[in-house]
Amino acid sequence: MFAAENGLKGDPRLQAISQAIRVVPHFPKPGIMFQDITTLLLDHKAFKDTVDIFVDRYRDMGISVVAGVEARGFMFGPSIALAIGAKFVPLRKPRKLPGEVISEAYVLEYGTDCLEMHVGAVQPGERALVIDDLVATGGTLSAAISLLERVGAEVIECACVIGLPEVKLNYFCFDVLPGQCYWKWTFGIRMMLFDKCISFRDNAGLMESHSISSWSHAK
Amino acid sequence: MSAYGDEDPRIQGIKTKIRVVPNFPKPGIMFQDITTLLLDPKAFKDTIDLFVERYKGKNISVVAGIEARGFIFGPPIALAIGAKFVPLRKPRKLPGEVISEEYILEYGRDCLEMHVGAVEPGERALVVDDLIATGGTLCAAMNLLERVGAEIVECACLIELPELQGRGRLNGKPLYVLVEYQ
Repeated sequence: MFAAENGLKGDPRLQAISQAIRVVPHFPKPGIMFQDITTLLLDHKAFKDTVDIFVDRYRDMGISVVAGVEARGFMFGPSIALAIGAKFVPLRKPRKLPGEVISEAYVLEYGTDCLEMHVGAVQPGERALVIDDLVATGGTLSAAISLLERVGAEVIECACVIGLPEVKLNYFCFDVLPGQCYWKWTFGIRMMLFDKCISFRDNAGLMESHSISSWSHAK
Repeated sequence: MSAYGDEDPRIQGIKTKIRVVPNFPKPGIMFQDITTLLLDPKAFKDTIDLFVERYKGKNISVVAGIEARGFIFGPPIALAIGAKFVPLRKPRKLPGEVISEEYILEYGRDCLEMHVGAVEPGERALVVDDLIATGGTLCAAMNLLERVGAEIVECACLIELPELQGRGRLNGKPLYVLVEYQ
């Protein structure tokens, strides 16, 4: 679900946050409209509002783990973790974490990649939040959820600053209806996302195809 | 200077939370792992608080964090002191126009990039990373900021490896660390 449909409709902060995000065409390759959150980080008020909105939502949910996906998940996750009194767990590309790790492979447009988490970072029964800057196909988030569930944690929600609604998310079996900014949620995993639909469509311009291959997102 | 001599009572708690992993990423290296610190909300909060207390009210408008562990500590500091956060990244990660600074590794070279337009001339900047070893990466970070006309106020790290003498390689810029690993 998007924040605008989840009690934050008309919240003046949402528009400023959305406008602070820059779209860079043809990065990392032709056809991809890259959603650049670094411009949001340059706007102190908008960045603070982003974190505050997540914190307000999650502070009373008994969440003890905030897991952030490398590298842009690291920019948002720790501040949320600190504010809600949770631990922060980095989910990293292979061979970055020292010591014993568990790994989860996931599918890219071409080939596969892998996400790792430290053994012992998360205990069975912990309530977890997964953070990333953006969800496209959901492949990375799916791997993140798997890592946490494999050690017995309960993933309460995935939270992203940006959701790209015009993509069919095979991993989560979401049905995305063109023209509507909502996702059906399945397997009890819900998505809390900021409303990026309108400004995204304005920038999308020539995007016609909804194929997954258009939305591979560089990390 | 480091906080070690002053011994704020929070420092000892922070030091005990840092895990040393031998022979990572290769034999002979004792890797300073800060992820165990992040698992302790109080120790993580104390870490951020120590930096925020030092830098609040110093008119710092930019916190630049070095990929990737600088991304964990930099943003909370930036948010608390009212500054923007600027990620300094490995090549080809930042979209749009960037400036690049090369630096020397033990074997070969690497490169750090910053967005054009992220930092304005005259801005006062803090550079944050989890650890300083030889100082090569921090030096590249400072160069990027100075090339666009920013003023480096200080470099801030959790951990220093004094034997590697990075402190002396920062072109005279001050360094503040919480913990030294001997």
